[in-house]
Formats: sequence, C-alpha cells, structure tokens
Amino acid sequence: MAERDSLRGKVAVVGAADTAVGKVPQFSATGLCVDAARRALADAGIGKQQVDGLVTCNAFAEPYMYHAEAIAEYLQIDPRYCVTAVAGGGTTFSILQNAAAAIAAGVCETVLVTMADSLRSGLTREQAMLIQSSTGHPEFEIPYGPTVPAFYALIAQAHMHRYGTTPEQLAAVAVSGRKHAMRNPHAQMREPIEIADVLASRMIADPLHLLDCSLVSDGGAAVVLTSAERAGDHPHAPVYLLGFGEGHSHEHISQARSLTTSAAVESGRRAYRMAGLGPADMDLAWIYDCFTPVVLIELEDLGFCAKGEAGAFVAEGHTGLGGQLPMNTNGGLLSYCHPGNPGSLFGLTEAVFQLRHQAGERQVGGAETALVHGQGGIMSSHATVILGREAQ
Amino acid sequence: MGDPRDARPVPRPTPATAPFWAACREHRLLLQRCPACQAYQFYPRTLCSACLAHEPEWVAASGRGSVRSFTVIRHPVSPAFADEVPYVLALVRLDEGPTLMSVLRHCAPADVTIGMPVEVAFEERRDEVSLPVFRPAAGD
Repeated sequence: MAERDSLRGKVAVVGAADTAVGKVPQFSATGLCVDAARRALADAGIGKQQVDGLVTCNAFAEPYMYHAEAIAEYLQIDPRYCVTAVAGGGTTFSILQNAAAAIAAGVCETVLVTMADSLRSGLTREQAMLIQSSTGHPEFEIPYGPTVPAFYALIAQAHMHRYGTTPEQLAAVAVSGRKHAMRNPHAQMREPIEIADVLASRMIADPLHLLDCSLVSDGGAAVVLTSAERAGDHPHAPVYLLGFGEGHSHEHISQARSLTTSAAVESGRRAYRMAGLGPADMDLAWIYDCFTPVVLIELEDLGFCAKGEAGAFVAEGHTGLGGQLPMNTNGGLLSYCHPGNPGSLFGLTEAVFQLRHQAGERQVGGAETALVHGQGGIMSSHATVILGREAQ
Repeated sequence: MGDPRDARPVPRPTPATAPFWAACREHRLLLQRCPACQAYQFYPRTLCSACLAHEPEWVAASGRGSVRSFTVIRHPVSPAFADEVPYVLALVRLDEGPTLMSVLRHCAPADVTIGMPVEVAFEERRDEVSLPVFRPAAGD
C-alpha cells in the first residue's frame, strides 16, 4: 500500500475564482461553468492551452450526458484527463483527491476544476425541490413524500434527542454564517439576522426553520491545480494541498448506521494523518452547511469539539472572526450561495483566498492552514481537504 | 381532472423486491434473514449484505418497532402531497433490527416522540400497491 502521506504537498492550487452568485439570470448553468473557468485561468495567469486536465460536475439545470467533455468542447480545449463528478457535495469534492493523484502520478500537469449550476434561474422552485429530493431511495423512501429538509431534520431530531442540542443552537449556526456574509460584498444574503429571526422563520420540517436551510442559488466556482514543482510560475502565492480524506458510509438515510455520527470521522482522520496535522492546527475551517445540524455533527466528527458539544461551541461564538475556529467565512451555503452540486468548491476557493490573505474585511489574520469539508447525499459521502501556505 | 394524490409516486418492484410488495398487498410485512449468519436485512436484496454468501430467506416481521427519529413535513415535496401536510415522516427501527422509512398515521404530530412504540398498518395507493405505514402501538 502507498504511503499515507503520498500526496502531501505535491499539488497546489494556483488559480481560484467564483462567478457572480445568487440570482444570475444572464448566464445558464453552462455559461456559469465556463465563466468560472475563464476567471480561474485569468487568476492563475495561464491560457487554456496549458490545461491538460478538466474536472466538472453535472448541472441539474443544463445537464449533459458527458458534461466534462461538453465543457471541453465549449472551451475548445483537448484534455488528456477529463472527468465529470456526478452529484452532491461529497463526490464533487472527493474528486479533488483523484485529480491531485492524477497530477502526482504524471497523468497530467494542470487540472482545471470548474463547477456551476443555475438552480435559482434555470429551474422552477418545484423542479429544484423535486430534483434534489430524488436522492431518496426510489422504492423505499420516495413513495412517502420526503423532502431534502426532512431528511436532514431526521438527523437534527436524533442529535437533539441524544445530546440535548437546542433549536437556538441550530439557529446560532445560521447567525454565525450570516455575520460573515455581511462582510462579503458578493454574498446572496447580507441582511443581519439574530437567533430569534431564525426561530421565527417558517417551519419547513421540524425542527428546521426556513433559515436553518441553505440557499437556492445560481453560481460557479473553479480552481486550477498543478504540481508543487510548477506552482511558483503563477501570479499568486500557491496554496498547497496537504491532506485528503474520504469516508462513504451509505447513500440513503434509512440505511445509515448512525444518525448522529458520520463518516466525517474517517475522512477527517485520513486527512489529518496525511497532513501530519490535527484540528488544533487549523486557523479556519469551511464546513458543509446545507442545513444547520450538519455543521454541528461535522464539527464534532472532525474533532473540533467533543460529541454533543458543537451546539454550545457555535452558540458561544467560537466560529466567528477572532474566535477559536473562524468558520465559513464567505457566509457558507446558508448565506453566501448554494447552487447545489458545486457547493463544496466555494469552500475551497474561500480557503484559497484566506490563505493568500486576500479575503478583505473577512480575512482571518495570519491564516496559515485551513480545513474544508464537503458532504453529499444525506450525510453519506464525505471529503476533507487540508490546505496550507507551505508545502511542508 | 383526477385526484392529485394519484400523482404520488409508487414503488416499482424489482425481481428482488417483488415478494415484499406482494406480501404488502396481503397486509403482511416481510423481512429477509440470512440462513447462514442469521442477519436480518431491509431493504430486500438478492444477497445477504452481511456475508454476501447466501440467498436470504423471507420471514414474517413482527410489524412492531420504535421511532428512531421523525420530522413533521410542513412544506410538501410536490402538489401530490399537498393534502397530506403536515405529515410525520419517521425512521422506524423494527424489533428485528433493521430500520425503514415510513410515515406515522393516527397520531398528532405533537404527540410523536423518539423511542415511541409503533406497529405496522397498510395504506392502499392507486389500487396498485399497499404501502407499509406505522401507527402508535396498541397498549399491551
């Protein structure tokens, strides 16, 4: 078996960009995908001819059977490594480990990862809801009329029952993200909110209120990856990929072994081991926040606090700027944007901006290391990435 | 204009699951059990997911279990479920071990608790299929 640290510091992010996000009706999903690509290439200071690897994810609003190939064709590039990640916040993120491994193995040198969707403008509300809930088991879950918020509400209720987590603590996650979004001029939602506002918002699936649920957005994000040897040839300081880990425990929530502990335990442990770092070494984190309870379970499973203590951890303000673990500093999926499949990639671009010290009013002072965690399905598929300003 | 509830999705049985749905039509809940390792499983599969070695046997389930978690859906997934809100979606852990997703009937949403004992009932859908649903267990 290969060394556990085989990918540590071997690949760097040399370009990163987000498109406009929120409501962006002037672009279709494909338009957003290529706009993200164009911006990331410009940020990396390279032309499209230098791209020999391409990774995309499919878009609900404008799907292609061969999505990455369609984007390569649109941009008129001829990659030798070309992969479409299918769906969800997990596999569209774990594909990064695959792309980094391809670079480290010499399969390709420079990979463009570009992902976008147009859930807000390219679909009706009902279409967006139905498509997302189709993650349920077609034979043993879908006939009962579940919704995506309901799937996550089942987790929230279990966590509340087992650990005494409160609706106020769930709401604190949304408030934490909103405070950061208020410092991000590009965020979709920047109106200040308090815990009482979350609790007063419409109940969607008990105990989740509207403001416990992430946004429905248009938007895209892209990064350019290359080998550490070539990473110095670009305008911005490289951000090195120090650790990767994945964990995949189930697809359908009715088959989950635990409702309150996730495979983020395994993905985090694997990423920390490769990086040779631990939770206390992280200067900031971006934790997949499709719904507020997900953040609490992930904070615990990634070792930022003990099981059952994440509600208090967030409510006490530790995830704010200046706190112990500034979290989701762009505003996250709850307040910055959530275009579906590409969601986790906005965590990666934010970590890159932070580690380059380019995050403006929301900059975490002196940030050296960051952790980004994505999950997809219903707490099913987990991917953790650790990044740093130094390769070693 | 037909009943919008007729648009509610129905399961499409596969060769592996057809015996389960056929028994539901007769209002019997079946589980699978491995003849070798004795593991129960749900949903039905062509093999034992614990040992992969054997073709599972069908056994009658007790139909009794407890609420592992639940939520009250206030915003329906589609117009086909609009008449049902608010409805209680639950994960039910059967006494035999496996968990299944279902809905709770004959119980006010405010009265549902985790750990509450429940028992199976069946609900006809479009005269094609009988869905296992659950209700509070009769006192005993």
